[in-house]
Parts: sequence; structure tokens; C-alpha cells
Amino acid sequence: MSDIAILADDLRKTFKDVVAVDHISLAVPRGSVLGLLGVNGAGKTTMVRMLTTVLKPTSGKGLVNGFDVMHQQQAVRRSIGLAGQFAAVDENLTGRENLVLVGRLNHLAKAVARTRAAELLDQFRLTDAADRPVRTYSGGMRRRLDLGAALVTHPPILFLDEPTTGLDPSSRLDLWGVIEGLVSDGTTVLLTTQYLEEADRLADNIVVIDGGLVVAEGTAKQLKSRLGDTVIEFEFHSPADAARAADVLGSVTSAGTIVRVVMSEGPETLRQALDRLSAASLVPGHVALREPTLDDVFLTLTGSNSGDPS
Amino acid sequence: MSSTAPSFPAISTKPGVGLAWAVRDTQAMMWRNLTMLRRVPQLLVFAIVQPLIFVFMFRYVFGGAISSVPGVPYVDYLMPGIFVQTVTFGAINTAVGLAEDKNKGLLERLKSLPMSRSAVLGGRVLADATRDIVIVVLMLTIGFLVGFHTHTSVPKVIGGVALMVLFGFAICWIFAVIGLSVSNGEAAQAAAFPLLAPLTFASNAFVPTKSMPHWLAYWADRQPLSITVRGVRALMLGTEPTSYVWGSIIWSLAITAVLAPIAVRRFRNS
Repeated sequence: MSDIAILADDLRKTFKDVVAVDHISLAVPRGSVLGLLGVNGAGKTTMVRMLTTVLKPTSGKGLVNGFDVMHQQQAVRRSIGLAGQFAAVDENLTGRENLVLVGRLNHLAKAVARTRAAELLDQFRLTDAADRPVRTYSGGMRRRLDLGAALVTHPPILFLDEPTTGLDPSSRLDLWGVIEGLVSDGTTVLLTTQYLEEADRLADNIVVIDGGLVVAEGTAKQLKSRLGDTVIEFEFHSPADAARAADVLGSVTSAGTIVRVVMSEGPETLRQALDRLSAASLVPGHVALREPTLDDVFLTLTGSNSGDPS
Repeated sequence: MSSTAPSFPAISTKPGVGLAWAVRDTQAMMWRNLTMLRRVPQLLVFAIVQPLIFVFMFRYVFGGAISSVPGVPYVDYLMPGIFVQTVTFGAINTAVGLAEDKNKGLLERLKSLPMSRSAVLGGRVLADATRDIVIVVLMLTIGFLVGFHTHTSVPKVIGGVALMVLFGFAICWIFAVIGLSVSNGEAAQAAAFPLLAPLTFASNAFVPTKSMPHWLAYWADRQPLSITVRGVRALMLGTEPTSYVWGSIIWSLAITAVLAPIAVRRFRNS
């Protein structure tokens, strides 16, 4: 068994004149979570659709669980689960019927499909609603059912296309917990999201794409470090104090009553800065240490607003 | 990253190829589509409201003024036309159902499953044909209530039902292509009417074509719905030559042979 669960080698997809995915390569080691981060239209969903055999790539190669997405589609389909940004469940069927149907279409025996449906309903706390039509479910319940439908065969590889888009914060936290549980069981996950917080929390590795191309990749920490070190923010009571502090500290940026110092020498920078300020009898009203966030990375890389509501 | 693969309790699925699996997948999809009809029985009621209005309009409002139908009372002439119109309009269901499944992302999920590719469309169209049978039986009962009489044998009347369900099945494939080409159910509905109007109204379903202008009669005599209506009249009333039965079967098979592969291709590429 290969160590790489999902491999994209120079995948490209064009629709007539529109380039949805230009050239994207990525590799997801078995048992890890890759966060595919980008704004709407960046090509995230197209990547997922190609890797799940829903869409044929224009060129390039994709391997999922060691199988070619173009030529071994059935083997790929038997290795994966897909949960999309729309909860792709049938509104007129009950939760249980939806799961049994997906089980049957995965060619499970009827009894196995039924047992598995009951297990998943239990796991996703839907047992009470199991025999109600899905149209009576809340948004969060639908997403859980949709995720359950992706897990019917307990696939080793899971594709989650914006799994929490449009969910309220508590449903989102809830779903994150579920995904973390799956990952701790060894499931490989490729997750697309436009929420930086989500990638930061769930993903081992992050690939940022924009306009169908990879613009950055690495761990959340590596991506943040590209923006430099932690910044110390001193806030003073008056702009005059702030201006004097800026003089004393040297090589700083200031705006209004705030003076920023880059922590280039780690904690030592903070000690020196405080020493100098006290020598000049300047007392800051407030001190904060600010880590660069993925938002900063994202905005710097793509030059666009992520639309993260959090 | 750890290089040891987790011992995965993946549930093994059997390879999804072969005709037996295609049949099973189609059955599963058919069951799913028919469950919707069971869950939302209003759909069935809505499906017969419109033909019911037509029955009352033509039977009681215009019927008295329409006297020149050959050989049989007007109500007997009318009902086969209403039946065929009903199954033809029923095919909108195929377009709306597929467009909604596409819009809601359900087709995408189905495409990612190791199921037979043909089962999604096959299950849809066969469910709609089954629905047609239910609706035709309902309409036949309504016909008998308003004075419709068949003039042939029971097997021939059943043959007439089969003929129109086959025609409905063929029309469903046209509507499958429409459903897969539009973005949602409402668009599918809107796209359907311009196609249905010339088929159902410019036909011999309600009145004989000889009172129509020449150019219209030319179309109305030759188009497949008129031929099917005549085929049904041949089987239920015995007023038309049986060659129309064969004509209708050939039309239905030809429409299916051309449109089904187009629908399947559109499904794969959408």
C-alpha cells in the first residue's frame, strides 16, 4: 500500500474557454488531512470532482488509493466517500432510507446496509429522527446525515467539499468534532474550505489555491511564518506618548496611539523594549502579542477577502 | 507522517459491473423515485387535476359544439386523446426530478458511488412510466364516470394502455435531456411547455384535423402524438386501422433509441 492516499499530478480542467483548474499537483499522505483553501471559484470543487471521478480531467493524472481516476473509476469509487457543500440527501426519504439507499447503491447486502445505517444514525445522533423525512431536518442534521452517507462503506479516503459552509457556529463545531474523530480512526481526508479557521484546526497540511493554481502550501505554522514573526503592540494613552515611545524603541511602526515592534529576537525583544520604555518613564496602557493569522497569509497570497465570518 | 497504514475496517463492496448490478441499481433508484410519490401523494393529485379540467372542458363545455367525429360519441373520441396528453405532460416530472437532483447535488453523490451509470436515468424514467400507469388507470376510471365506453375487448384496452405508457416512456427520455440541461426544476418546467403545446394541441387528440388549416393539419396528422392517439383509438374503439398501433410503437422506439444515448451522455458529462 502506497503512503500517498491521494495524488494529483498536474491536473487541469477547462470548460470551453474557462480554466477552472489550471495546473494543480498535490499529495495527501495516508492518514493525514489536507486542507484545500481558496475563495469561491478558485477551483476547489473542480479538484474534488475530478478526484472523485465525477468529472473527467482535461489533462494530468490523479491517483486515489493507488487507482487512476480516469481508468480505474470503479476502484476509486469503492475507496472513497464524498460529502458535498449541498447536503446531497433526498428530502422525501427518511434519514434511514437515505443511508440504506446509499448502502444498496454501494452494493452492500440489504441486511448489511440496514445495520450500517443504524450504526451511522447512532454515531451522528440522528436515531430519534431516523424515520422522519429529511425535509423536517435542520441544516446541521442534514449535514450530519450527508456525512453519514459518505461513510456508509467506511471508506479509507474521504472528500469533504466545504463541509460546514452555511452552518451556524455550534453545528460547525459539532461537525469539526465528528471529522476529528474520523481522522483519529485513520481516515485520510481532503477538505476544501474557505474558512481559514477550519483549515487551521483540522488540516495537517494546507494548499492555498487561487485562479486554478497553487499559490502556497505547507503546514498552518509554516504558512504563518512566511509573514514573519510575532508582533508586540504597545498602546499608549496619547499620541504624543506613542511618538516618544517610537523614538525610544527605534525601528518600529506606529499608528495613532499604537506602537508595533517586530519580535525579531524572541522574548529578548520584549524585555529590551520594556527596559527602554521604563528608562524613558513611559508606561503603556496595554500590551498585546499578535501572532500572524492564516487570514493574513490568505489575504497576502490571494489579495482577496476570504469572507470568513468568524 | 507515519508510514504504517491503519488497519482499516472498510466494509468491502462487490465490484459494480455487470448487468445484474445494473438491474439492481436501477431497481433501487426506481424505488427511491416512487417513494417520493408515496410520501407526497399530492403530486399524483396535481398530475390529474389538469387532465380533469380538460375532460370537463371538452366533454361538457365544447363537446356539444363538436359534433362531427366519425362513428362514435364525442366522449369516446375524446378520452384516448386525454389519456395520451396526460402521459405526455407527465413526462415533465422526469425533467423536474432530474433538474432538482442535479441542483441539490444528489447527482454528484450518485456519480461518486460504484453504481451502474445507467441506473440513475433508467430508474428515473421507469419510475415515471410506472407513475404513468397509475395515472392512466385513474383517468380511465374518470373516463368511465363521464360516460366513456370502449368498443373492443379487455386485452385490446390493456394494449391501448400499454401503447400510451410506452409513448410516455419515450417522451420521458426527451425530458431527461431537458432536465439535465437546465439548472433547476422551475427552469425545467418553463422549458417543457413550448415543446408540449405543439405536440398536444396541434394534434387530433381533441378534434379531428380536417377542420384545421391545411398547413396545421399536415403537421397534426403526422406527428407522433397524433399517431399514438389513433393507435389507442384503434385498440380501445376499433375506429382506426391497426397500422397506427405499429406506427406509434415505431415512433416510441425511435425516440428512445435517439434520445436515451443523448441523455446518458449528458448525464456523464454534466
